Amino acid sequence: MKDFYGFKPKSQLMLGTAQYPSPSILVSSFKKSNASVATVSLRRESGNINSGNSFWSIIKDLNVKILPNTAGCHTVKEAVTTAHMAREIFNTKWIKLEVIGEEDTLQPDVFGLVEAAKILSEEGFEVFPYTTEDLVVADKLLKSGCKVLMPWGSPIGSGQGLNNIFGLKALRSHFPDIPMIIDAGIGLPSHATRAMEMGFDAVLLNTAVAKAGNPIMMAEAFSHAIVAGALGYQSDPMEPRDMANPSTPIIGKAFL
Amino acid sequence: MNISVNGQRKTISIAKLTMALEELGYKHMKLATALNGEFISVDERNNTNLKEGDKLEVLSPQQGG
Repeated sequence: MKDFYGFKPKSQLMLGTAQYPSPSILVSSFKKSNASVATVSLRRESGNINSGNSFWSIIKDLNVKILPNTAGCHTVKEAVTTAHMAREIFNTKWIKLEVIGEEDTLQPDVFGLVEAAKILSEEGFEVFPYTTEDLVVADKLLKSGCKVLMPWGSPIGSGQGLNNIFGLKALRSHFPDIPMIIDAGIGLPSHATRAMEMGFDAVLLNTAVAKAGNPIMMAEAFSHAIVAGALGYQSDPMEPRDMANPSTPIIGKAFL
Repeated sequence: MNISVNGQRKTISIAKLTMALEELGYKHMKLATALNGEFISVDERNNTNLKEGDKLEVLSPQQGG
């Protein structure tokens, strides 16, 4: 299993912390998922409510690695400033770098992403860039200092799964030694299995669990799905054939 | 003086950022701050003075995907 900036996760599932019906369901979902990493964000704090401290007391007890994001940032400056704030508040060099370029699809602004990744990498951040499956962008991100890539499966929160299998296969094949996490668009456990069967190193998801009718059960389903996909990939699957090939031996069949 | 805090107009009587945060009700909280779009670290807060019309962002850990 590849590591992520030296971190070797106990499981290849990374889970978001948003949109759960309640804090207790969030905690139970994490336990069932066996996730190794939790994504978090920074948002405006009202002095009266102190929601940040309440949320943080729940998250730190999950005993998982924290990956802060720059969700909602549309410019390089916004993303870089948010990363600086996240580094201080979460005491980590990790940053899930999002620079959003388009509202309907929440597609990354890959030009801004590369620019922000370079700035942050030079400042010592360990950047997890939320990107597309574009090979040229991937190459530029790696040259900017990123040692992990996070290609999208499909638009954030869409639940569509892996929209461009060909592009993702090409990306995986082109950079075989780079740790890659499929991030966004996963809706079903089978989507996560597919990603792992293709040789990706982890899957990051949120909505598929949090918005399921039974998030705790879905979290457990994803836990199994990730393991199944990873084992399938490591087992060196057979090549598909165009025609049937009997599995029961022909030799010894009776002439009747 | 009047400043903007998380997009809302607030009146404060103390210019020093550390003290102003307390005046605004942010006591003993896990916070990150930005002033006029620039990150202000915890260490810098004590040397940062607010002025009329400043835009202060006060952020805390929240749920994220």
